[in-house]
Amino acid sequence: MSSFSSSEIRHEFVKSKVGIAGIIILGSLIGISIFTAIIIPLETFQGWNNPGNWISYPKTAMPSWVNFFMLEKIPEHIILDKPIFSSQSLGPITVISQQFNVNYDYNDFPSDFIYEFTARYSGSPLMQISVIRPDGQTLSLLSTALPYSKEEILHNERIFSTDGTIKKNLFLQSEKFDFSLEGFTAEDIVFSALSEHEVLKGNYVFLVNLYDVKKENEIMDSSLIIGGKVYGIMGTDELRRDLAVGLLWGTPLALFIGIAVAVVSVTTGLIYGVYAGFRGKATDEVMMRFNDVIYALPALPFLIILAVTISNSIFVMIGFLTIFGWVGIAKVSRSMALQIKTKAYVEASQMMGQTNSKIVFKHIIPQLLPYAFASIAISVPAAITTEAGLSFLGLGDPTFPTWGQILHDANTYGAAARGLWWWIVPPGIMIAITGLAFVFLGNALDAIVNPKLKR
Amino acid sequence: MGLKKYIAVRGITMFGVLMATLFLTIILVGSNMDTILKQGITFQVRGEITENPAIAASFASVEEFEAFVQGQIEQRIKILGLDSPWYSPQRIGFTMYKILILDFGHATFLTSDAGSSDVKDILLEKLPRTILLFTSATIIISIIGIFLGALSASKVGSVIDRITSTFAVVSSSFPVWWVGMLMIFLFAFVYQIFPARATPSISPDDPGYFAALLYHMTLPLITIVMIGFGAWAYLVRNFMIGIMQEDFITAKKTMGIQKRKIVYGHAIKNAAPPIITILALSLSGSLGGAIITEAVFDWPGMGRLYFEAITVMDLPVIIGATYVLTVFFLISIFLADLLYGYFDPRVRTG
Repeated sequence: MSSFSSSEIRHEFVKSKVGIAGIIILGSLIGISIFTAIIIPLETFQGWNNPGNWISYPKTAMPSWVNFFMLEKIPEHIILDKPIFSSQSLGPITVISQQFNVNYDYNDFPSDFIYEFTARYSGSPLMQISVIRPDGQTLSLLSTALPYSKEEILHNERIFSTDGTIKKNLFLQSEKFDFSLEGFTAEDIVFSALSEHEVLKGNYVFLVNLYDVKKENEIMDSSLIIGGKVYGIMGTDELRRDLAVGLLWGTPLALFIGIAVAVVSVTTGLIYGVYAGFRGKATDEVMMRFNDVIYALPALPFLIILAVTISNSIFVMIGFLTIFGWVGIAKVSRSMALQIKTKAYVEASQMMGQTNSKIVFKHIIPQLLPYAFASIAISVPAAITTEAGLSFLGLGDPTFPTWGQILHDANTYGAAARGLWWWIVPPGIMIAITGLAFVFLGNALDAIVNPKLKR
Repeated sequence: MGLKKYIAVRGITMFGVLMATLFLTIILVGSNMDTILKQGITFQVRGEITENPAIAASFASVEEFEAFVQGQIEQRIKILGLDSPWYSPQRIGFTMYKILILDFGHATFLTSDAGSSDVKDILLEKLPRTILLFTSATIIISIIGIFLGALSASKVGSVIDRITSTFAVVSSSFPVWWVGMLMIFLFAFVYQIFPARATPSISPDDPGYFAALLYHMTLPLITIVMIGFGAWAYLVRNFMIGIMQEDFITAKKTMGIQKRKIVYGHAIKNAAPPIITILALSLSGSLGGAIITEAVFDWPGMGRLYFEAITVMDLPVIIGATYVLTVFFLISIFLADLLYGYFDPRVRTG
């Protein structure tokens, strides 16, 4: 066994292509984690399992970039939540209006449209919704009074395109169209050309007006959703969740789980093994028999039982994974400690009366540090895949959107058999990439500390 | 230390581990188990009384009737020895003894395909299927792996060696069950060659059942082999490279013996102990991994049984399956140890 100085290792490491690749991948994963923590609000992460958070998103929508490969552009799911506000007075009447602009450039009709709003009012103001189309036609969609209230109230409502009144209003304007509107839905009519039933591409303006004699009324958060079949960079799942959010939040979680498990188990194993090897005799015997017992426990069934009976919190899980992770390291570091123990300088410092703990921590463990780093890197992927596997079985921490959790949901809803590839492929690739980064790092370090493998 | 003593020491250690595992399992699920057993008795007593209206009619008031029912329940609990807490030494000892003699009791929810709720029947039905799938997979993996590994070790740095090493690293980073999902997507959805669910739809009594089982086994088998052989080849390669650097190989080379003969004749023989050890370990390891893989492919073996048992918290089945998995795991570790001790006498001196 030889020893290495840190500058030597750095020097060797820079020469290793694999090691550099590992560093680059790991760096970008850390970059993603930081980006996620800054950009994506924490609420989306906490509300991952709250269906109410995702109600305005489409169900199992493909990622929007598939349109690059499609001749027929699939309509994108558009959420417009920043309308242009304006208010004006027409004599005694105040009109508050909101304007949503949308550039519709797809080859298929949207699946629906929904207007969601919260209004603060008293009395019974009149709400009118109309749409100005690219061909200059104005179609009036809805004209309705909001429910009467004597006091000032906050009223929240969703108006769906399937609303009967909208359809009736459109049928009243059927003379504008050259074809019969019979059997078409509201979105089929609104987004259709006049001459024949075909998508009319261009700029649409949805106009919402609120009329009342009072001035204090206001429309607060309001949004117009034009339902489509593709959404975002990663698409959505069966529960309408934006998969990009889940995948992004999965990155820091996976890194945390993997690194925490690897560091704790390698440190434990190292100290345990070195101590056993250094003390020798009966202590060594007892410690190694205990090591054998843990080694012979079947890890996965036990992890499952532990998760089911004790807790599936992510932090407890890290502890459980550590229980099964330190055993191999302990064996290796014990045999290394046995060798180092016989070295002259160790015996010399023993004779000089140094305490055992000082010898272990000052003279033996520093020698093993390169091996320890290599083992940490190598044990990270196993920790990540094991956690993902447990989550996949439905035993993970449900409050955190880990990649395993996403795949568990995908499997529950039969994503593979239904062809929902965007739900299955990205989480697995992320798991593999993260694993690879550490395997690369580990291999590069391993090649330095075990020169025999290099060649 | 002779071989006999070595075997004896390993055997005793393994038995100790088995007992420890059993004890741990019982400690972990004990309190839940206790509640479930007691609930079972309550159901049983109430059921018997509803079936027999004459008993209920013979009581004057509701209180009296309830007292009678409660008495009955307590009596039975006492007869079965459930009145002492689950952590009392007698009860743990008794449970461990029963499991040791393979008496796992009756499953709470799950049944075997034949309809039996005896845990032993369920396990005996599922176990052969898991062994069928994973043993054949391991055998195929090891054959491809040893061959590829020896090939790349004999040509270090060649294209084949690089491809093997890269494939080993990349393939071992993917979870098997995820690749399984992809395979189902590709070969059951896009190209409809194999069934998406690996459970044959015909009944087990049908003469064509075994053929159907084999057909349904293809996709999981391909997946496991695909993910597994790379790592194997890489391991074998590394062992072989280590041996190829030994002096006796160099001596053989200088003697002018053909390289092929050295690699496949002498080097592989010396790499045998670690390879056999890993073969035994990976067999048992694959049984543990079976839990997730079988859940993905819906393969009707031990792994899926375990998964189903967890989903409905069927504790007798969980305990039984854990026990069987542990026994298999220990037997293979034991075998690996023995083989290693046999092939490499240095370990026996410990």
